[in-house]
Amino acid sequence: MRITRTPAGLTQGSRTKGGIGESTLRPDGTLKVTGEFAYASDLWHEDMLWGFTLRSPHAHARIRSVDVSQALATPGVHAVMTHDDLPAATRYGLEIQDTPVLADGVVRHHGEPVALVAADHPETARRAAAKILVDYEQLPVVTDEESATAPGAPVLHPGRSDHHAGHVPHPNIVHRQPIVRGDAAAAKARTDVIVTGEYEMGMQDQAFLGPESGLAVPADDGGVDLYIATQWLHADLRQIAPVLGLPEEKVRMTLSGVGGAFGGREDLSMQAHACLLALHTGKPVKIVYNRFESFFGHVHRHPAKLRYEHGATRDGKLSYVKARIVLDGGAYASSSPAVVGNAASLSVGPYVVDDVDIEAVALYTNNPPCGAMRGFGAVQACFAYEAQMDKLAAELDLDPVEFRRRNAMSQGAVMPTGQVVDSPAPVAELLRCVKAMPLPPERQWETAGGSPDVRALPGGLSNTTHGEGVVRGVGYAVGIKNVGFSEGFDDYSTARVRLETVAGEPVATVHTAMAEVGQGGVTVHAQIARTELGVARVTIQPADTRVGSAGSTSASRQTYVTGGAVKHACEAVREKVFGLGRERFGSHHPAWATAELLLEGGKVTTDGGEVLASLADVLDGESVEAELEWRHRPTEPFDLRTGQGFGHVQYSFAAHRAVVEVDTELGLVKVVELACAQDVGKALNPLSVTGQIQGGTTQGLGLAVMEEIVVDPATAKVRNPSFTDYLIPTILDTPAIPVDILELADEHAPYGLRGIGEAPTLSSTPAVVAAIRQATGLPLRRVPVRPEHLTGT
Amino acid sequence: MDFLRPADWEEALAAKAEHPSAVPIAGGTDVMVEINFDHRRPEHLLDLSRIGELHEWDADGPDVRLGAAVPYARIIDHLHTELPGLALAAHTVGSPQIRNRGSVGGNLGAASPAGDSHPALLAAGAEVEAQSVRGTRLIPVEEFYTGVKRNALAPDELIRAVHIRKATGPQQFSKVGTRNAMVIAVCAFGIALHPESRTVRTGIGSAAPTPVRAGVAEEFLAAALAEAGCWDSGAPVPPSVAREFAELASGACNPIDDVRGSAAYRRRAVAVMARRTLGWVWEEYRGTQGRGTLCA
Repeated sequence: MRITRTPAGLTQGSRTKGGIGESTLRPDGTLKVTGEFAYASDLWHEDMLWGFTLRSPHAHARIRSVDVSQALATPGVHAVMTHDDLPAATRYGLEIQDTPVLADGVVRHHGEPVALVAADHPETARRAAAKILVDYEQLPVVTDEESATAPGAPVLHPGRSDHHAGHVPHPNIVHRQPIVRGDAAAAKARTDVIVTGEYEMGMQDQAFLGPESGLAVPADDGGVDLYIATQWLHADLRQIAPVLGLPEEKVRMTLSGVGGAFGGREDLSMQAHACLLALHTGKPVKIVYNRFESFFGHVHRHPAKLRYEHGATRDGKLSYVKARIVLDGGAYASSSPAVVGNAASLSVGPYVVDDVDIEAVALYTNNPPCGAMRGFGAVQACFAYEAQMDKLAAELDLDPVEFRRRNAMSQGAVMPTGQVVDSPAPVAELLRCVKAMPLPPERQWETAGGSPDVRALPGGLSNTTHGEGVVRGVGYAVGIKNVGFSEGFDDYSTARVRLETVAGEPVATVHTAMAEVGQGGVTVHAQIARTELGVARVTIQPADTRVGSAGSTSASRQTYVTGGAVKHACEAVREKVFGLGRERFGSHHPAWATAELLLEGGKVTTDGGEVLASLADVLDGESVEAELEWRHRPTEPFDLRTGQGFGHVQYSFAAHRAVVEVDTELGLVKVVELACAQDVGKALNPLSVTGQIQGGTTQGLGLAVMEEIVVDPATAKVRNPSFTDYLIPTILDTPAIPVDILELADEHAPYGLRGIGEAPTLSSTPAVVAAIRQATGLPLRRVPVRPEHLTGT
Repeated sequence: MDFLRPADWEEALAAKAEHPSAVPIAGGTDVMVEINFDHRRPEHLLDLSRIGELHEWDADGPDVRLGAAVPYARIIDHLHTELPGLALAAHTVGSPQIRNRGSVGGNLGAASPAGDSHPALLAAGAEVEAQSVRGTRLIPVEEFYTGVKRNALAPDELIRAVHIRKATGPQQFSKVGTRNAMVIAVCAFGIALHPESRTVRTGIGSAAPTPVRAGVAEEFLAAALAEAGCWDSGAPVPPSVAREFAELASGACNPIDDVRGSAAYRRRAVAVMARRTLGWVWEEYRGTQGRGTLCA
């Protein structure tokens, strides 16, 4: 890892050990790697029951009848619930309340929840669920744009009244967002070179390692306490309370150990189900999915079909871009509208082009529901526009990096939405960084002894080649991702910070509802408190709903927004401490009134370093607390006709260079190296930043060469819901990932930082595919690239 | 489900005779997955883990008598000289944890066409030692696989051991999966040279309802090598012979399209693996012989 720091004075280190800018270790790290960390699946309560979900075997069917009598009669079963047993609201959703808590006469996708069982043993619950008799009448399925919008196509959500219903061209289209700027038709007339391409992306799963799990405990006041692995406690709460018919204050939520998320925990899974069973039975109820069920229990990344047309002048300047992006949202809306907004507004990539004509839509189909996943609409677009950039470069006989450099945006550039990029956008510099890194040596499988090290070859230990048929390729890509919630969403976080002395030592306590899903927010919050309050000891309280919302652990936003809230709450605490100090000691020293005061090393000092008082003396047994909501500057919705608007608060950029070895005869790929350069504004924790970049890069590699939920187009049923057949990269598939970090401050953001979690997932995939294209000469329009694509079989 | 725990082999055979539908379990790497996925729910599980001799092997004769429950990890560590093809195949089984528990006996009992050890057993030449209270019989491995996940064991029989010919010549194993480790076979190929009989044996996995030998390819190759005097001269295999061998191996496949790969890809991949592994074993063989020039 190499860090290039901005010369600007905005970023600041900390004079307190363990503050921002240091690679402090995560507090849960050792527990996690030694297997001692308690995840939500480890939750246990005396006398608890186990919930089980009966799911639809069909993708689209009418439910004629449900007979639960045999299930209820099973010894050990405490309750069976169907749609008819729901006490209050029967639907929920992140943006559009279109998702049934339990199927209401129709199932719209394979694996949709139909009934719930609570029993004293998980196996009893499972067997009882198998005795529920559901009479299904199968209905025709819609699985793509053609079948969803054909005349007479079944309308999956008749009578829509959501706020997108009025402007979509067909009721099976969730949302449509055009972006029109300049005059693409006129620009086309003046253009020298035109390339078109059609691209396709399969359905990626978040594949978080800790499956959905939670424990609901009924309370004496008629409410419920829910311990849960989620990404956003308060969004869950907002959806669960109406389903239970309870006021929000009677649904108390505490974050449990979360084993990864990547967007897959933004929507409800078993939250409402466990609470319903707990309130129904009066007993604690735990629900934990196994891996098979997890594939049906959360939304996935939208599969996409993308059609692009790019024009350029002979001298290598983009003249116009036309694009149409069709995202398959599956049976329910989830976050499809926001994914459409992202895909449309980021569809051109980090390039300057004045004339654009873009349309993005998301469909309702009978495929599995799709929603948030790391990269969120920008991943799909990046795969296509970067393929187009390579095609154009080839057409113009330009080096792909040079062609990108000529069109790269920089600070001050205007997005297709009309938004001016008002912070550093070092796109050309990031490309230069990855290109400048030394290439890994050729033929690394060759050993002194003569027998090849197959681990360095495509196929690895499967021993498929000793070098035969192996060709190296190198590819580049760069991407742009928005940070934070966009399009006018009121995106804020709440933080409560307390400063007190414990056994004579100052201790800061930080309380937020931020979901720690593995991103390292708990590490960073402590670093911020140390830096701002000058104390060594910081306690991070468990995340729960006793404090206000921290927003979602999504959109690369938590360090920016909840980190920002913690920073500002610390500043408020600090001011209160100075106030107390002035009250108590102001008469002792004039500097209390005249000097710039600092909190450092447990003492109040002047900016000249003179100690005025110890924190313990200032506090004198009192505690000082501040709680506040902090929001980033507002954004605005995109115009529904032109897509113009200040839609995103911040942009994040990363570039990759992929080096691959391809076995051209067997169609197997070994990614040898995936170098990444990313601008992070300010690395609050360089080790965590590197981990995020390497993780995002690897997830992008998975999408490039193996990860896909395969859905049968005839039945809309999932064919590979297991880790036997849904493959994610192992360590032997994970290449060396050298990382180059730039720190160019964004003056609008706390510490100048930039959200980092998603950008590396974008460009990783197209870089790998570009490298495979270079090695094979094949067009490769679809990811994941399969051996069949590389061998014509 | 009843869990039977025989203390020794005689008790195990008695239990299997009494409960012919009992499913034997040793490492559990296959059976437990099936149970967890609810693919099967046997009335009885017959736990063989207390029977020490199933974890032992005897390499004194011309064969290795490999106890049914010897884990793959021990084959890799201790038997790679005698059983190089099987050791290579064992390397490709699952993860280190799986290799510490899984065994060839389990692979044979499950008789999945995708089992990693089958091509190596077919290529080396092997017999399955099946025992019951009625006695012992040796089943040639090519007669052992009778259908998808079906084998030739009688309901009261258990696999005691596998008798595998010790290598007298080079052996190789290749497996295609769409990941570089811990992957189920899309298809696999094993090859063994038997210089003493001047024969070549092969095994194909995951490309037909059962593991199969590519018999026509074996006969073609043996004849071509003999005719050209390659066994004596140690000359390279002519490219045309290698190509024909690969095509005939591919022709021995009867694959399906499934979520792991297309039938056409499997045919193609088996041909490529056959050609390459033949090249590797022959190069190794030549290294032990005088290096002749290209045989005609």
